[in-house]
Amino acid sequence: MLSEQVQLEMHHQMVRIRRFEETLQQVYMEGKSPAFDIAAGPVPGEMHLAAGQEPVAAGVCLHLRVSDAVTATHRPHHIALAHGMDMQRMMAEIFGKDTGLGHGKGGHMHLFDPATHFGCSGIVAEGMPTAVGHALAFKKQGRDEVAVSFFGEGAANQGAFHESLNLAALWNLGVVFVCEDNAWAISVPKEKATAIANNSDRAAAYGIPGVLIPDNDPVAVYEAAGEAVARARAGRGPTLIEVKTDRLLGHFEGDAQIYRTKDEMETLTQRDALKLYERRLIAAGTLTEDGAGQVWVAAQAEVDAAIEYARQSPYPEPEAALLHVFA
Amino acid sequence: MAVETKRRLLTTSKAIAEGIAQEMERDPAVFVMGEDIGAYGGIFGATEGLLAKFGPERIIDTPISETGFIGAATGAALSGMRPIAELMFVDFFGVCMDQIYNHMAKIHYESGGNVRVPVVVTTAIGGGYGDGAQHSQTLYGTFAHLPGMKIVVPSTPYDAKGLMISAIRDDNPVIYMFDKGVMGLGWMTPNPRATGEVPEEPYTVPIGKADIKRPGRDLTVVTVSLMVHRALDAAEELAAEGIEAEVLDLRSIVPLDREAIVESVRRTRRLLVVDEDYRSFGMTGEVIATVVEGAFDYLDAPPARLALPDVPIPYTRPLEQYVLPSRERIVTAARELVAGR
Repeated sequence: MLSEQVQLEMHHQMVRIRRFEETLQQVYMEGKSPAFDIAAGPVPGEMHLAAGQEPVAAGVCLHLRVSDAVTATHRPHHIALAHGMDMQRMMAEIFGKDTGLGHGKGGHMHLFDPATHFGCSGIVAEGMPTAVGHALAFKKQGRDEVAVSFFGEGAANQGAFHESLNLAALWNLGVVFVCEDNAWAISVPKEKATAIANNSDRAAAYGIPGVLIPDNDPVAVYEAAGEAVARARAGRGPTLIEVKTDRLLGHFEGDAQIYRTKDEMETLTQRDALKLYERRLIAAGTLTEDGAGQVWVAAQAEVDAAIEYARQSPYPEPEAALLHVFA
Repeated sequence: MAVETKRRLLTTSKAIAEGIAQEMERDPAVFVMGEDIGAYGGIFGATEGLLAKFGPERIIDTPISETGFIGAATGAALSGMRPIAELMFVDFFGVCMDQIYNHMAKIHYESGGNVRVPVVVTTAIGGGYGDGAQHSQTLYGTFAHLPGMKIVVPSTPYDAKGLMISAIRDDNPVIYMFDKGVMGLGWMTPNPRATGEVPEEPYTVPIGKADIKRPGRDLTVVTVSLMVHRALDAAEELAAEGIEAEVLDLRSIVPLDREAIVESVRRTRRLLVVDEDYRSFGMTGEVIATVVEGAFDYLDAPPARLALPDVPIPYTRPLEQYVLPSRERIVTAARELVAGR
């Protein structure tokens, strides 16, 4: 049984993430209507939101220190927030402002934060070898930090996935590989792309534990991640965790999702992990209706403050484009 | 100079290995990984003797997983190490380039300068020994086209050691390319220029500074790596006919020492660029553009270039020798340039 504190903290993180993503969804559409123009508005470019995938981020990151390395994907916000990234500087980066983590040079797919040892990238499976390298460094330095690599089920068909699992197993490195299986690689469903039902089975090919979390439950993720992180910290090697999670929104904002049925979308809404979890906490008396409401209000205030910070921040000078190619 | 110095001759490969070893002794964060870099000592000898000296924890033989271990070099660098990762042949970049140009090379920029990625990728380049289209390329132009990587291409044992030490100490990704022909390997065609004087103590050669390997007044030959040797051979032959060729060894492609190129051509008023890489969209075009921008009014003749025609490198000797720049071809091109033809 998890402590109330942990249960509530997971709820808090999930609500923060949900409010972040849903508010950003609205802000993103500013200037993009009536005709959708991806380059217009305060936040241009692709925008991949992670509403529905909060249990993965909350369940794993609660076990981490900011000195643990995290690599994430093109859909990185939930993980960045749960791992402790400063929301204002993160939002400012998404707005392309000079106060952003990368002074506006990275954008939402390229968030790099030395303070939380966080990195992500827009190429599928690209961060997996990076995580192996972080763990290799920790081992060489005699530290008990771990590296966590988040990736989607689509990434498990990349060579980088297999090379990374083999290396981490071969060198007995403290890596936790977390597969967020949201069932869709943009518009291609998992069963049309992957020869087996569960990527966690692929762990067997590298002689490491493979754990399947079948139902997007933050408590189950928390428990599995706790074991995997402890194992990694103790120098007992990598683990592959697969979470069947849900992508409640499109691949990116503006995606009409012609490949998904109304029924599927309805089902996803019905089983929204955050709502289910909140009801569970209330039913168990861990959280009151009022208490839950306060968490949502506080989260909205935090997100609004971050957006205000980002809006008020200046853009970098155009000539700054020429800086930082080399250290 | 009247100062007595102990002359010590090393091949380029031994000079590189010595540079790595001295940095590993100085800095525990430095380690090497790659294919056959341990007991074998690197296919081209760049890590010879290091396993015996430093053990398998710091000299790591990897599986054939270039994406995996070169990507891991990036991660290790982000967590405080200074890895050297060897890509056995540059031709193999196709299996791992995403990790290099899209990740390693861009993180510093994407982070707005907040994150540093001190990785050295060593790799063998060059042909001329019948290894076919997939083991003979140089490709530095391909790498140099993509921002975020320094590209080092030494030609002498002295430069090779000093540039290796600079590369390891650099806080950026450095692609360190050694031409097989400059390494002084016993199983390659003997090349006297691949052996030279190398000081025992550690020293640096700055990345981004070209070096005049032979001064001359009649034309400037701009080149790198093994083609420096060919150009020096050609310059000796030309000198016998009264043509004094200046041989400018760029030593690094990124940063490119444009000042040195322009300065030399302003003096000699003629430019020949010699390149073992493909002709189009590459180093020769960039050097000529630099001279057109910076020394146009000084030119007595249109710039000339020798490079690989835009074909894959053929296997059989007569075809391969036909496409590679050679001493003879440099001599001919220089004569024509000076004669104003």
